[in-house]
Amino acid sequence: MTATLILREKKYEMRPGMTLRDALLRLDIPPETVLPTRQGELITDDVIVQDGDEIRLIAVISGGATAT
Amino acid sequence: MKCRKCGAAAAINMRHHRLALCGNHFLEWVPEQTQRAIERYRMFAPTDRVLVAVSGGKDSLGLWDVLVRLGYSAEGVYIGLVIDGGVGYSNQSLVRCRAFAQAHDLTLYTVDVPAELGAGIPEAARLTHRGQQKPCSVCGLAKRHIMNRVALEGAFDVLATGHNLDDEVAVLFGNTLAWATGYLARQGPALEARPGFARKVKPFCRLQERETAAYALLRRIDYVYDECPHAEGSTNLVHKDLLNRLEAERPGAKLSFYLSFLRARESGTLALPEAAQPNSELHACTTCGQPTSAPGECTYCRTKRRVSEKKQAASS
Repeated sequence: MTATLILREKKYEMRPGMTLRDALLRLDIPPETVLPTRQGELITDDVIVQDGDEIRLIAVISGGATAT
Repeated sequence: MKCRKCGAAAAINMRHHRLALCGNHFLEWVPEQTQRAIERYRMFAPTDRVLVAVSGGKDSLGLWDVLVRLGYSAEGVYIGLVIDGGVGYSNQSLVRCRAFAQAHDLTLYTVDVPAELGAGIPEAARLTHRGQQKPCSVCGLAKRHIMNRVALEGAFDVLATGHNLDDEVAVLFGNTLAWATGYLARQGPALEARPGFARKVKPFCRLQERETAAYALLRRIDYVYDECPHAEGSTNLVHKDLLNRLEAERPGAKLSFYLSFLRARESGTLALPEAAQPNSELHACTTCGQPTSAPGECTYCRTKRRVSEKKQAASS
């Protein structure tokens, strides 16, 4: 019984049954820094992670800002 | 979670606004918010010509898309930095910008940094020893100079960049930690034009990075997903990480920090020294004519001269 979260080619195996937000916090991934998708569709982080889910996390943070 | 407007499955939940929306309603919400920011900060008028600085990333291409959807006359400028990072970063960026412009029948100006500065960004940084092993300082310098020149030469009313709330708050946080009053005086959604300086605006300044990314995804904009290879470990990213951890605990903290700062400055509660004000005295660069804080040559022209001297010395 596992679900998989994928962030930048890295896979995290998770126990299903918790919310996606809890799963992210447990993995120390700030929920504000990713967009979760399932089967190509954006989903919200209150979704309960199901057995067999493959959830891709799209990193949204870029660092190109300059001082002015 | 359901969309507040139609009850369909939500695509995004914005905790700081207590608002969840489906894809279709989110794609309406982003232009509405952008238009509100444009009006609130008097960025530009419907008839103005806008030059959008595009990098191939989600923010700048998303901004260009939104401005066109809102009916603005928006052209793009892409600056070829010659950053490879083992992934052909600059090439990927140019391909995305060209494809977007072509698909929407928009004008894209491209400027090649080696043709302007005498070397690509990493090489220029290496030759001039600017920026403590990182080319970000030279990169920012060159981009600001070139964007300003293109905006002025093209007689655009305004130069728009894709800076989002996270960018703005991270910079504000860094400037506050350092009490960098000069930068604090200048930071904002709109920077007025001055002789030699184009007007600069940031219409996405109130949108979180998550929102601009979601917009790009839902609009199926093909953007460069990879981060600039030189951004890794930057102070800016450290600050963003800290602020996002705060945001997770206190939704709205980032927006509140930014808007409170703007209000405090506007009302005079935050009084900055006169020397730090944006209208402090400027001089024309003796080489390119762009404004500079000290008499003589501007930093960009000095860097360009140094690149040329180093290359000549190496070849002789």
